[in-house]
Amino acid sequence: MDAFTTPLLAGTATGALLLIAALGLALTFGQMGVINMAHGEFLMAGAYTTFLTQQVVTNTDLSILVALPAAFLVAGALGLLLEVAIISWMYRRPLDTLLVTVGVSLVLQQLAKDVFGAQGDPVQTPGWLDGFIDVFGYHWPYRQMFTILLAVAALVGLGLLLKYTSYGRQIRATVQNRDLAETMGVSTRAVDRVTFFVGSGLAGVGGVAVSLISGTNPNLGTTYIISAFLVVVAGGLGQLKGTVIAAFVVGIVTAFFTDWFSSSMAQVFTFALVVIFLQLRPQGLFTVQTRGLA
Amino acid sequence: MKQRLQKLVRTWGPLLAIALVAVVLLVVAPAVLSPFRLNNLGKYICWAIAGVGIGLAWGRGGMLVMGQGVFFGLGGYAMAMHLKLEAAMATGGPDAVPDFMVLYGDGTMPGWWEPFRSGAFTLFAIIAVPAVVAAILGYAIFKRRVKGAYFAILTQALAVAFATLLIATIKQTGGFNGLNQFTLFFGYNLYDPVNKKMIYSIASVVLVVCLVIVWQLYRSRFGELLVATRDAEERVRFLGHDPANIKLVAFVVAAVMASIGGALFTPITGIISPSDVDATASIFLIAGVALGGRALLLGPALGAIAVGFGQTTLSERFPDQWTYFLGLLFIVVILCFPSGLGNAWSQLTSRFRKAEVA
Repeated sequence: MDAFTTPLLAGTATGALLLIAALGLALTFGQMGVINMAHGEFLMAGAYTTFLTQQVVTNTDLSILVALPAAFLVAGALGLLLEVAIISWMYRRPLDTLLVTVGVSLVLQQLAKDVFGAQGDPVQTPGWLDGFIDVFGYHWPYRQMFTILLAVAALVGLGLLLKYTSYGRQIRATVQNRDLAETMGVSTRAVDRVTFFVGSGLAGVGGVAVSLISGTNPNLGTTYIISAFLVVVAGGLGQLKGTVIAAFVVGIVTAFFTDWFSSSMAQVFTFALVVIFLQLRPQGLFTVQTRGLA
Repeated sequence: MKQRLQKLVRTWGPLLAIALVAVVLLVVAPAVLSPFRLNNLGKYICWAIAGVGIGLAWGRGGMLVMGQGVFFGLGGYAMAMHLKLEAAMATGGPDAVPDFMVLYGDGTMPGWWEPFRSGAFTLFAIIAVPAVVAAILGYAIFKRRVKGAYFAILTQALAVAFATLLIATIKQTGGFNGLNQFTLFFGYNLYDPVNKKMIYSIASVVLVVCLVIVWQLYRSRFGELLVATRDAEERVRFLGHDPANIKLVAFVVAAVMASIGGALFTPITGIISPSDVDATASIFLIAGVALGGRALLLGPALGAIAVGFGQTTLSERFPDQWTYFLGLLFIVVILCFPSGLGNAWSQLTSRFRKAEVA
C-alpha cells in the first residue's frame, strides 16, 4: 500500500501548490492574454513575507495566520505595480509581455538575493502544523494537508468572487468579449487591474505554503513556474475546472514518476506527457468555444 | 537613374553589409584584439550563430523559441563527447574511456558514446540530431496548431527538462560540471594559439555563411510565406498553404544553426555544462536577438555579440549587478524598441513624421 499512498498523497499536495500558482496565471492569461513569467517571483514574495512576519510576530502559531493575508497583499501589490507600470502599455502585444516579465523576474530574483542573501532562510513550522497522520503506513504531514486546504479555500473564494460579486460578473464578461463588455459600460481596464491583483495575491498565498515545506529561497519561483505553466497549457483557458484537474493530475503523475524513476526523469516524462496530451486536445482540457480566428 | 540605384542598393546592400561584417571579424578583429579578447569574441560569435537562427524562427516566423539552449547543447555536447574521446585516445589508446567516467562511474562507457570516436560521425550528428529532434517536436506541435504562448512555454519546459536530465546523468554526461579538459581538436593541439585563432576563424566564417543563408531565405518565396504566416496564419491556410510545414522548416533550420553554434562554443571556451544550455541560457540567447532587432538581417547577430560583450565587461566591473542589467535590458528594449535597436532610428523618425502629418 505504501508504494501507492505515498506518491498519491504527496502528489496531491504538490498538485494543490501548483493549483494555487496556476489559478493566477490562468486568470491573467485567459482574460488579458498576458503571460506573466514573474508570477513565480510572487510566490517567492509570499514566502519571504512569511519569513518576515515570523521576525515580527514571534509566536509561530499566530504568525502564519498573519502571514496569509499579508502575503496576499504584498504579492497583490507587486502584481498591481507590474500591471500599471509595464503591462498596461503593451496589451496589443501579448507575446512580448512574456519577455518583459522575464526581465522583471530576473530583476526580482537578483533583488531577493541582494536583500535576503543567496542562501535562503528557514521558516518555523507552527506547532499546530507540526505533526502527521498515519495513512496506510505513510506519515502524512499536516503541512501537506494544510496546502490542500489552502488550495481548496483559494478555489472556493475565487469561485464565489467570480460567480456572485459584481466584479466577478465584469471579469467573466471581459473574458468572454472584451469589446462588448466595454460597450456595456464595464471599465475593462479597471477589471484587468483587479484580476491582476487577485491573481498575484493568490501566488503570494501559495508562497506561504511553499515556505512551510521548503523555506525561502531567491530561486524558489523558478522551481514551480514551469510546472504551473504546463498546468495552464494542459488545462485550457477560460474555465477553472480544467486548471483544477490538470494541476492535480500533473502533481500526482510527477510524484509517481519520481517514485518509480528519479525526480529528473519525472520532469522529462511529465513534459513528454503534456506534449502528447496536446496532440489529443491542442486547446487543453476545456475551452470556451469562440468563432474567432485567432 | 535614381530608381535604378535604389533597386541596386536594395538587392545588393544587405550582401555588402554582410561582407563588411566578414571583413571586420576576419581581418580587423584578429589584428587589433589580444588572443584572450579574440577568444572571447569567438564565444560571442557562437551565440550570434544561434541568434541568426532565432531571428529566422522568431523575427520572421513569429515563433518565440525559448528553448534554443537545448539545440545549442545538443551540438555542444556532441562536439564535447568527441573531444573528450580524442583526449582519452591520445593518451590511453583506441579503447580509452573519458576520465570522468572512471572518476564517477565504474569506467565503462555507454554504447551511444562509441560512434563519437569518429570525427566524421560527430560532424554528421551535430547537424542530424538537432534536425531530427526539432522536426519531431515541431511536427507534433505545429500540426496540431499549438502556437503563440503555448509554443513558447513548451520550448522553455523542454530546456528545463534537458538541463535537469544532464545534471542527473553525471556518469554519462559529466552532470553539473559538464564536459571539459579537452586537449585536441580534430588532431590539432587546443593549447596552441595558432590553432585557437584557426577555430575563431572557422566560427567567423560559419557566422557569415549563416547570414548569407538567411539573406537568401528572406529573399525567397519561402521567406515571404514565413512572414505571411507570422502576420496572418489563417489567411495563408486559406490560400492553400500549410503553415505547419512553413514553420517547421524555419524551426529546423534555427535548431541546426543553434547546434552548430554550440559545437563551436565547446572548443572555444573549453567547456560545456548544463548552465550553458538551460532555460536561463536560452533566454540569454533571446536577449541579443531582441536587442539587435529580431526581424532584421544583421540585427540578431550583432545584438548577440553586443550582449555577450556587455556581459563580459559588466560582470568584470560589477560582478553582482549583471543580472539587473540583463533584466532591465529586456524591459526597456521590449517596451520601447520592440523591433530592436537596429530599427530604433526608423521607429523614431516614423513617429516624428506621423506627428508632422497630424
